[in-house]
Amino acid sequence: MEKQLMKGNEAIAESAIAAGCKLFFGYPITPQNQIPEYMSKRLPKIGGCFLQAESEVAAINMVYGASGAGARCMTSSSSPGISLKQEGISYIAGAELPAVIVNIVRGGPGLGGIQPAQSDYFQATKGGGHGDYHLIVLAPGSVQEAADLTYLAFDLADQYRTPVMVMGDGMIGQMMEPVVLPQPKTEAAAPKTWATTGYNGKDRERNIVNSLYIEPSVLEQVNMRLQKRYQVIKENEVRCEEYMMEDAEYMIAAYGTTARIAKKAISELRKQGIKVGLVRPITLWPFPEKIFQKYTDRVKAVLTVEMSCGQMVEDVRLAINGKIPVTFFGRTGGMIPTWKEMAAEIQKLAGGVK
Amino acid sequence: MAVVFSKSKVLTDVPLHYCPGCTHGIIHRLVAEAIEELGVQERTIGVAPVGCAVFAYNYFNVDMQEASHGRAPAVATGIKRALPDSIVFTYQGDGDLASIGTAEIVHAATRGEKITVIFVNNTIYGMTGGQMAPTSLPGQVTTTSPYGRDVNHCGYPIKVSEMLSTLDGANYIERVSVNNVKNVIAAKKAIKKAFQYQVDGKGFNMIEVLSTCPTNWGLTPVEALGWLEDNMLPYYPLGVYKDKGGESK
Repeated sequence: MEKQLMKGNEAIAESAIAAGCKLFFGYPITPQNQIPEYMSKRLPKIGGCFLQAESEVAAINMVYGASGAGARCMTSSSSPGISLKQEGISYIAGAELPAVIVNIVRGGPGLGGIQPAQSDYFQATKGGGHGDYHLIVLAPGSVQEAADLTYLAFDLADQYRTPVMVMGDGMIGQMMEPVVLPQPKTEAAAPKTWATTGYNGKDRERNIVNSLYIEPSVLEQVNMRLQKRYQVIKENEVRCEEYMMEDAEYMIAAYGTTARIAKKAISELRKQGIKVGLVRPITLWPFPEKIFQKYTDRVKAVLTVEMSCGQMVEDVRLAINGKIPVTFFGRTGGMIPTWKEMAAEIQKLAGGVK
Repeated sequence: MAVVFSKSKVLTDVPLHYCPGCTHGIIHRLVAEAIEELGVQERTIGVAPVGCAVFAYNYFNVDMQEASHGRAPAVATGIKRALPDSIVFTYQGDGDLASIGTAEIVHAATRGEKITVIFVNNTIYGMTGGQMAPTSLPGQVTTTSPYGRDVNHCGYPIKVSEMLSTLDGANYIERVSVNNVKNVIAAKKAIKKAFQYQVDGKGFNMIEVLSTCPTNWGLTPVEALGWLEDNMLPYYPLGVYKDKGGESK
């Protein structure tokens, strides 16, 4: 595939199609509108279905139905719309259905704003909806990664029969960058023997897509099975970038757009002789806790930077477990931290400019 | 020995959980017979609601999905759009369809979604123990309208068939009842027609079935049938409200 200049939202949409996504259900909300708009143009041309739902609630339930019928399908939204989808996401997790949900995050709470933010971290990684479940949460740091992770999301969703969220901040969705799109899948997907495709009484048992287990002992077993699967995901699917960490005495922990800004801060700080590196979680769940843990012997302190009031920092602290200081710097409400602000925070940790 | 009657093979061989005298059992049978007679069992996918019929997936001998409360039309839309040759039906009660799921049913209807909706209206939330429903009649006593439904306080019952029949996307909408043999036979005919239209590629199709809830109405099964006739039939007149392929009101 050739390199082309694309908006993050459009790269996500085209990449989903390359991954075999045939149905898209969504509702307009800024700053992710280019995804449904792109899908409304492309899907009818390839025998797929774009349908604008009456609400985010309906859209996620259409995903439930289509996924339960065995189709690769997705929805996308932005923060307030993702809140509306939480009921459906919980049901999708409970019914063990694969689904891809894109959240192009904007400032909150409430109607918030329309500028980039990372304040949906708690919602994405700690449940969001009711019950004991997790999403796989993928956090791209570039348009290229947005395309690659969207493509991967469909495979992960099918492999683990779990909802997967691609969570980019508004910047990732809106900015244009050169991107090489993934090759369209040509091989047929593995058959979904559990899907409701019609029962003829011969080839298989009747399929029921369901998350209701009225018998507590059975529901507990269902939960145990899910937890076991989450454990396998934790062991196999952690993704993380370590940048200039070989000799680092200070660590910046950041993801998405914030991590890109951190790289500029790191190069400037290194010119001043302060050895700083970056650990950038690409999977926000499963969280790369072991990668953080391996630096506690030689890193003096960690600065977590987010476009929020401090959400991922809690997972950083849990991973570090008190072994070294963890500090936080954040801008929120759609404000974007500058590299100078980040550098100043590291300088404070390092005891002033060297 | 000649077999003169047998249960539809579109029903599974398990006991129903419904209360004695509840008419869900009759309606299940009518739906199953319609599917069987049209020969579409192998490509039918049902969507169960939240409410008394939540376990419908145990009873209909077809692939089934269990939807969250009120969202069955959205789930059915997803199935139908993924598998356009399938026959998709939802089976929903009045709380599910006419309260929490009003957006989903209105938009499925206005899109002309090629599905069949079986809407069971018994004017009460049965599964949760008899609370006031969007279809509870003026003055009706329920556990959350203990002094009777006061229309000045919480408004009037929703006449779903009348409302949805105003939408251009609706193809066939009829209100039927299962309170006596004559009405059961008419209900069967309507339900079968609502599936036939879908087989012919037409939608949106909905049959509203007036049903009893002896347990939560505090009546015997026989009294409940009488209550339906005396109170529900005048408020919810039976008939065809929309039929693009034929006569309607």
